Amino acid sequence: MAGQGLHRVAITGIGIVSCLGNDLETVGSALREGRSGLVVDPERQELGFRSPLTGQIKDFDPKILSRKQRKSMPDFAVWAYASARDALALAGLADSDIQNDQTGLLYGCDSSCMAAIEQVDALRLRGETKGIGSGQIFRSMTSTVTMNLNTLLKTKGACWSLSSACSSGGHALGQAADLIRLGRQERVICGGAQEINWQSMCSFDGLGAFSVQVDNPATACRPFDADRDGLVPSGGAATVVLERYDLAEQRGATILGEFLGYGFSSDGEQLSVPSADGLSRAMLSAIEQSGLDASEIDYLCAHATSTPAGDAAEAGNIRRVFGDKTPRISALKALTGHELWMSGAAQVVYTTIMAQQGFTAASHNFNSADEGTTGLNILQKTDPVPPGKVLCNSAGFGGTNSSLVISYC
Amino acid sequence: MTEAEIIELIDSSLAEEFELDREDMVPSANLYTDLELDSLDTVDMVIVLEGAFEFKIREEEAVRAIRTLEDIHRFVITKIEQNN
Repeated sequence: MAGQGLHRVAITGIGIVSCLGNDLETVGSALREGRSGLVVDPERQELGFRSPLTGQIKDFDPKILSRKQRKSMPDFAVWAYASARDALALAGLADSDIQNDQTGLLYGCDSSCMAAIEQVDALRLRGETKGIGSGQIFRSMTSTVTMNLNTLLKTKGACWSLSSACSSGGHALGQAADLIRLGRQERVICGGAQEINWQSMCSFDGLGAFSVQVDNPATACRPFDADRDGLVPSGGAATVVLERYDLAEQRGATILGEFLGYGFSSDGEQLSVPSADGLSRAMLSAIEQSGLDASEIDYLCAHATSTPAGDAAEAGNIRRVFGDKTPRISALKALTGHELWMSGAAQVVYTTIMAQQGFTAASHNFNSADEGTTGLNILQKTDPVPPGKVLCNSAGFGGTNSSLVISYC
Repeated sequence: MTEAEIIELIDSSLAEEFELDREDMVPSANLYTDLELDSLDTVDMVIVLEGAFEFKIREEEAVRAIRTLEDIHRFVITKIEQNN
């Protein structure tokens, strides 16, 4: 629901670089056929990781940008550029359409580990700070994605990054939509980006939160399943182009979906254990803003990462909102692993791909619920009925929650 | 090392670092207006030259005064002569 004086928000472009593929067709077929992007990383085994499982980006050519352009960019910022370039092409927006003060950039990102390590190593090796080189300062900041995309795309409006752990991408999309709803921007190129290197994951591995089902990486991540034993870290970059609906219509753009609602909440409780009601408050807020009744939501793209406590908490929150009649639910992290800062934005890209390609992806590796995850309508097979009215959840360390409502019909 | 060899090493090192077209790398080429380098690139230019010639560049004022490729050639040749 636009609300009085508020603008409607259209999705007109999507792009993604993920462990499922680097274009919409490949990613769509992976989602439809249940093809996993997870692997065992032998280097992590040698280094003493508890779990060597990870998502992996394959066949990506970073030379879409020059060496000089890449000097200030970590790999995930180059992935973000590729996904933004593809999303803008799909949206049919030319340089002249976005190089103005009504076009913004807003990405979720919460780390840039490699530059921090490399700059310290360079200083120790060369014995002087000028030996570090010019690029590391720009690579090391969590705003590296938006500052680099701004110089490459030459947009002139909003330009900042948002850090809220694993809900960063979800909040980035929500706040981008708010900028448009409020009339502050006509369009925002938004999304999330996540590094995938072992260096950024070693301390997380030390918490014992990752799955150790290494015999078959494709079945290691088991959201909501009774045999789930942890998440699988992953990454990439996802971009969504949001536009003022009326302007998108005026220019004859293909409207891929309508962004109806954004709800947020925080737990105010623990660092790593989600609360019993935090995510449900975000879901209810998003549904209220959308103008829909909860019963009209026909698909829920869950945050579920495959941790014992996290999935049970989300299940409880979903039951609080939907009672014993939940929408169809799937957790795509079974295939992608947990794309962390990127995941909230990636879910919107994946869901839009499903709507475009005419199916709803199954929640793979789910066989049976336990006491904590019971009562959910979890999709166990690819459904030929595409998503219509969708709720996308994401939740982050510290208890920060994002819920988005999108309509595809 | 002859002057020609020094110049070739400078040009090839800079061409690789900054993905420059060797045809554009005439001695009179202005680093900023012709070769499209910027002030950040001069930080990396110093690292490249230090690596190629295994010396340390302490003359920050002299580096800041460099404008053309020929200025770099002269700077490096002078520095090598001084070190010898």
